[in-house]
Amino acid sequence: MSGRVLVGVKRVIDYAVKIRVKPDNSGVVTDGVKHSMNPFCEIAVEEAVKLKEKKLIKEVVAVSCGPQQAQETIRTALAMGADRGIHVQVTGKDYETLGPLQVSKILAALAKKEDAQLIILGKQAIDDDCNQTGQMTAALLDWPQGTFASEVSMEGDKLKVVREIDGGLEMIKINTPAVVSADLRLNTPRYATLPNIMKAKKKKIANVNPADLGVDLTSRVEILRVDEPPQRQAGVKVETVDDLVGKLKDTGRI
Amino acid sequence: KVPLCFLTLITHRCLRALKTAQTEHVSPQLYTTLHRRACSSVSTPRITTHYTIHPREKDPRWEGIEMERFADEADVVIVGGGPAGLSAAIRLKQLANEQEKELRVCLVEKASQIGAHTLSGACLEPSSLNELIPDWKERGAPLNTPVTEDVFSILTEKYRIPVPILPGLPMVNHGNYIVRLGNFVRWLGEQAEELGVELYPGYAASEVLFHEDGSVKGVATNDVGIAKDGSPKDVFERGMELHAKVTIFGEGCHGHLAKQLYKHFNLRENCEPQTYAIGLKEVWMIDEKKWRPGRVEHSVGWPLNRNTYGGSFLYHLNEGEPLVALGLVVGLDYTNPYLSPFREFQRWKHHPFVAPTLEGGHRIAYGARALNEGGLQSIPKLTFPGGLLIGCSPGFMNVPKIKGTHTAMKSGMLAAETIFAKVTAEDVESETAGLHVPEYAEALKSSWVWKELHAVRNIRPSFHNYFGLYGGMIYTGIFYWIFRGKEPWTLKHCGLDAHQLKPAKDCTPIEYPKPDGKISFDLLSSVALSGTNHEGDQPPHLTLKDDSVPVNRNLAVFDGPEQRFCPAGVYEYVPLESGDGMRLQINAQNCVHCKTCDIKDPSQNINWVVPEGGGGPAYNGM
Repeated sequence: MSGRVLVGVKRVIDYAVKIRVKPDNSGVVTDGVKHSMNPFCEIAVEEAVKLKEKKLIKEVVAVSCGPQQAQETIRTALAMGADRGIHVQVTGKDYETLGPLQVSKILAALAKKEDAQLIILGKQAIDDDCNQTGQMTAALLDWPQGTFASEVSMEGDKLKVVREIDGGLEMIKINTPAVVSADLRLNTPRYATLPNIMKAKKKKIANVNPADLGVDLTSRVEILRVDEPPQRQAGVKVETVDDLVGKLKDTGRI
Repeated sequence: KVPLCFLTLITHRCLRALKTAQTEHVSPQLYTTLHRRACSSVSTPRITTHYTIHPREKDPRWEGIEMERFADEADVVIVGGGPAGLSAAIRLKQLANEQEKELRVCLVEKASQIGAHTLSGACLEPSSLNELIPDWKERGAPLNTPVTEDVFSILTEKYRIPVPILPGLPMVNHGNYIVRLGNFVRWLGEQAEELGVELYPGYAASEVLFHEDGSVKGVATNDVGIAKDGSPKDVFERGMELHAKVTIFGEGCHGHLAKQLYKHFNLRENCEPQTYAIGLKEVWMIDEKKWRPGRVEHSVGWPLNRNTYGGSFLYHLNEGEPLVALGLVVGLDYTNPYLSPFREFQRWKHHPFVAPTLEGGHRIAYGARALNEGGLQSIPKLTFPGGLLIGCSPGFMNVPKIKGTHTAMKSGMLAAETIFAKVTAEDVESETAGLHVPEYAEALKSSWVWKELHAVRNIRPSFHNYFGLYGGMIYTGIFYWIFRGKEPWTLKHCGLDAHQLKPAKDCTPIEYPKPDGKISFDLLSSVALSGTNHEGDQPPHLTLKDDSVPVNRNLAVFDGPEQRFCPAGVYEYVPLESGDGMRLQINAQNCVHCKTCDIKDPSQNINWVVPEGGGGPAYNGM
């Protein structure tokens, strides 16, 4: 067993920033806007580092797909405790259409290349809310998956995962190698402190091209138009029940 | 009380000498805390939990917590990644590269990315930039909008009186550029990184460190992982110490570390107190038909009365999209506690001369920041053993020109040049472990910065007369335009801004119109646009020296002016859950780091300290 864990981290627009749609409705404004690591990816990194601290795995490799700025996100992961990084360079039009299918193909290829024992991802990204990459990666690799994980523990070469599902909590045991996607309550990520950021500058980040991994980035999805959500209409207050019934009839509801 | 504090000071010095690894500096708040414990009222709910008010040495929750800090050495450490700090960093590395000398320059900045806390009009005078980076155009500096039109007006409620801008008046903008200062600062950051400066955005300098001999040793960055009630969380980690031969403090207007340094080294004993203004700003995407790129509009008068200093700006940018930057500056020496700078700004936009530009457009950004107005009279002693002050922190703004960026940059450059000479000199003789560089202050005094500030020194104080604004304009016309500021006298300001407020009972409340949601807006939606956020579970960084003062004094005497002058809705007086009376609620997460509360609190009870690094507004090209 290589004892290597791959953690996917995505650079997204910071959750507190007010999103603005581009005037031509082709997307959202990202230039100069504050970005940070996807909160669920932070949780994924934290879990990987915790497993390493418990000596259950040997190496944590942080992976990010995107343009030059993705390196900042990898540096944060390195500062949190990852050992080395892999920056898969995707720019321009390819980056605009990069989605879960393409990323999962990349992660699958990297997992084989790096002989990874475990892949930990955030359950979803806060910009597209797809919640697909973990599942697709597992399918492409034909590996078991433990998604929406709120607790992960290793028992020999099996993984015990407690999943958050609609009905409550579900506990499953899966073989490794496996894919896990982190949910909110899995852990509280540590801060990337300044001494660690300084040390992270010395850790290696390898640059890789998707073509070198044999991955085809063409998208099956074409974005036609991006709009702001419709403005919330003000509610109307009525005095009596008869007024309410009258209004409901007026708007054709009853 | 004095002997007790003296003893505590001595005890602390002894403890520091004994402990080798720990470098705790003497908290100036220590004796204030002792006093406060003696007379705080029991019934006031606890608001402040920050360790600067409640030291952790005495706190049982902190027993056994590892407080040692990792330390690193650099040649020069710069606090603040604004125009001044970055200019200093760039100049230092330029000199080091020219003379092939090794120089480690580290810069810490509390914003998560360089430029995210920068807010200004702004009309940039490129003089300092031409000196610092002569080929700025080839390097892609974002100076895209040369000024083409300059318009000045006096506004009344319905009308506008045009004022001719004669050559020689301070507000002539020929040769200047309208810039989005946040983008310019970001570009400066890129230039600095290329030259080898180590930039660390997202890390706030929260403490000044001292050598045994009292000189400045460097700074420590903020601790992380402290809960809202002041106790340590699982993820608690100490900040890091950055030691340097010289520490440059460029925190911008009313920096919190500078505030401590003024007290510690008594830097303000021979200058007047600084006087400030608050600047509120919005960026709008307007109808293309209304767009006049390069047009600069300034106004005075309505909605402010003649005794409230202030004015507006409206700049048409030329960066591909029909954007305008507009805002209102209000002097913080205003006397009416019912005045709300935010609401003055919102109603100004409805003026018949302003509203047409905005009709059909929509707002895309909002922010606010305090700025200096004290000029020459308020500049403190600039150097002390181990460090010096640059930029808007001591305050080099040319008030009638409303420009401070070019002087801030020049001060950073002069600091770099004088420090470089000293730090790389072969035979450096220093009395103190931290280098003292008084040559910086001398260089500044013989530079064009001083001449410029000297010529305009009397303009702002000339507004303190019965005729207010009009007296000031007449004074400017005679003594600046004709006599170029050569009059032999220097007028004074009127003291601390915080002491100018009259009691609420002596003033009339102002009737502000309701925001219409198209041109004027409410406070909370504006704050949301600033993108500001902080980690919720941390002690509020708006600390109160005494938790009972807001209700007992600010609310009782001045009707709680902080709920009106804060441009982010941080301060709210809410009814107590049980019984009568009010309590102050501090919504620290909304804070946009403007520093107005620290400046204008009539009880000077609010002490703004830096929150966890990375928190604060997320301005984009403001």
